[in-house]
Amino acid sequence: MNKYFIGIDIGSTSAKTVVLDENKNIIERILLPTGWSSKETSEIILRKLNDLNFNVGNSTIVATGYGRVSVFFANKAVTEITCHGKGADYLFGGEAADLLVIDIGGQDTKIIQIKDGNVVDFLMNDKCSAGTGRFLEVMSNALNLKMDELCDMAAKGSDTHISSLCTVFAESEVISLIGRGEKRENIAFAIVDSIIKKVCQQAQKLYRPGMKVCLTGGLSEFKYISDSLGKELKTNVEAKEDGRYAGAIGAALMAM
Amino acid sequence: MADRHEMWKSLGMNIEQHDVLCSVLPGAVGDVFMSQKNRPKGMDFWDMVVADVHGIRPAELIEEQKKGRKVFGTFCVYVPDEVIIACNGIVTGLCGGSQFWVPDGEAVLPKNTCPLIKASVGARLGKTCPFFRIADMYVGETTCDGKKKAYEILGEDVPMYVMDVPQMKRPEDIERWSHEIAMFAKKVEEFTGVKLTVENLKKSIHIVNEKRKALGRVYNARKNKTLPISGRDSLLMMQISFFDDPERCATMCNKLADELDQRVKDGVSVVDAGTKRILVTGTPLAIPNWKLHNIIETTGAAVVCEEMCTGTRYFENLVDENISSLEDGFKALANRYMKTNCACFTPNTGRIDDIKRMVKEYNVDGVIDCNLKFCCLYDTEKFSVGRALKEAGIPVLQIETDYTDTDAEQLRTRIGAFVEMLNK
Ligand code: SF4
Ligand code: SF4
Repeated sequence: MNKYFIGIDIGSTSAKTVVLDENKNIIERILLPTGWSSKETSEIILRKLNDLNFNVGNSTIVATGYGRVSVFFANKAVTEITCHGKGADYLFGGEAADLLVIDIGGQDTKIIQIKDGNVVDFLMNDKCSAGTGRFLEVMSNALNLKMDELCDMAAKGSDTHISSLCTVFAESEVISLIGRGEKRENIAFAIVDSIIKKVCQQAQKLYRPGMKVCLTGGLSEFKYISDSLGKELKTNVEAKEDGRYAGAIGAALMAM
Repeated sequence: MADRHEMWKSLGMNIEQHDVLCSVLPGAVGDVFMSQKNRPKGMDFWDMVVADVHGIRPAELIEEQKKGRKVFGTFCVYVPDEVIIACNGIVTGLCGGSQFWVPDGEAVLPKNTCPLIKASVGARLGKTCPFFRIADMYVGETTCDGKKKAYEILGEDVPMYVMDVPQMKRPEDIERWSHEIAMFAKKVEEFTGVKLTVENLKKSIHIVNEKRKALGRVYNARKNKTLPISGRDSLLMMQISFFDDPERCATMCNKLADELDQRVKDGVSVVDAGTKRILVTGTPLAIPNWKLHNIIETTGAAVVCEEMCTGTRYFENLVDENISSLEDGFKALANRYMKTNCACFTPNTGRIDDIKRMVKEYNVDGVIDCNLKFCCLYDTEKFSVGRALKEAGIPVLQIETDYTDTDAEQLRTRIGAFVEMLNK
């Protein structure tokens, strides 16, 4: 009988599930919004997995993310730091011995340093939403733009800055920029620039030249974000399509 | 357990509010302490004290006051207990460690004051802690800015004496501290009506030294690979030692240490072999602040040492007992107290040396450096502490927290990830 390894990453905005086979190949991905109850989301995931013929009988399941404890059918729970680290190493590790992972999540930003496949240091910003995905979400709403539109627009803007460190104040700054008739491109630029600067400030604390840097999490699909991070850190920042599944992949690897 | 309501009423306490506190404490004690397996028998004493924490010792203090003795409340390990004890006074720690008192403190203090200060002021002004009611005099010190200003506010409500603690440790600063202790002694003599003599000072130095040695013995037992006591239990013992009679404290700690030594011989450990050993360093953990230890020890690691004022800073270094004059005594005290490494001093590299030494002594796998929110001193010192530990190849996690439970899950994630990292 085949054996499967399932990782479930319940984040603040979305829940990611990945199924690996014995050869560590990704054979299934499930993406769901977390909704208001991570318990309910877990139940939906369980049903979906059962429909796909993955079950407690033929699989080992590891849960991660802030909702990890509500995945009642998991064999164990592991923190998102360890899982993101393992997942990023799976996606980007390869030859690189020193990997720096930047994960901009819905409500926190993680910087993880990996050496030979293991987490050796990490930083986590969870004190406020500035410098997290939530910040971008609030701001793109204020501009009435979707994330990809915001990035496209930001690429064309320049020379405008937001000074507030707090999301609430930054939002009113954005609104007054709109009121002053500032070009939307420039406002979009200022928004993305502000988060990039904040994230890089954190990343600088662990970054050393020679490290391979990668971006995981939901924002890794936006090239403008990884490029801007790279510009600020003066290095290449890699991103991959499966970047948002890094936590779930890591959890599945922990199930092996 | 005796009903203490009459006593609390006579202390002018806000009974209704205080009942709220009394109703939540047993649950917290149960969750944090009673749920542990294989605890040392000697913890019975501290379990009994904490179960009646606002009754048992306050009642004793009131009895002593009836005999004419004075109670001094202190907020810092720099205040020399020896002087007070020599003059037949009693010392009790007064630092507040619960969110319960914070709102009453915030009524008069800025929100961005550290929770220890807010809780301490709140406990007095809200009339919800018997120790804060009983103390005849508060002894403050010029350590951090928040405390200095808070003492001015407390001083309007209760007799307050503030000691001028130096901020550097040059020979002339130590000299000055010895003068400061002499001045304090005058005040204590006045307040207690008991003259300080070489004899009574010698005796009190001995008493406090014996207490330090006893606390040190318990800590010594924690250095073993076979861990005979949890961090939570050691912390409780340590926190209560600030309130207890020093001689009884020494007796109980020695008894506990005997048991722990025996446990080590018999190979009795409170954790599984291979459990990662954590040293915590930073701001004090005033009773009933058990949050950090509880999270660490329910995340699969064990706390084996506290480089804190509620920890090694309280008992390391003894006072020279060989004194032939009061002058000698003040110098001996100054020399010992100025060895305590607090972030209020500059420079404070001694603290880093201490942490590195203790990492070796206590067989530590990782350090958690934690300061209370809005404690600018310890927060700033994190930079040099973190850098030095990393350079020495010692894994370190640096966090900040307060007395609320709102960040418990985030802390659990960070600490959990740190332990996973150590376990890899
Ligand atoms: S941390 Fe500093 S100010 Fe606070 S009790 Fe310790 S020595 Fe005193
Ligand atoms: S924790 Fe920091 S701010 Fe609070 S009383 Fe101690 S030294 Fe002062």
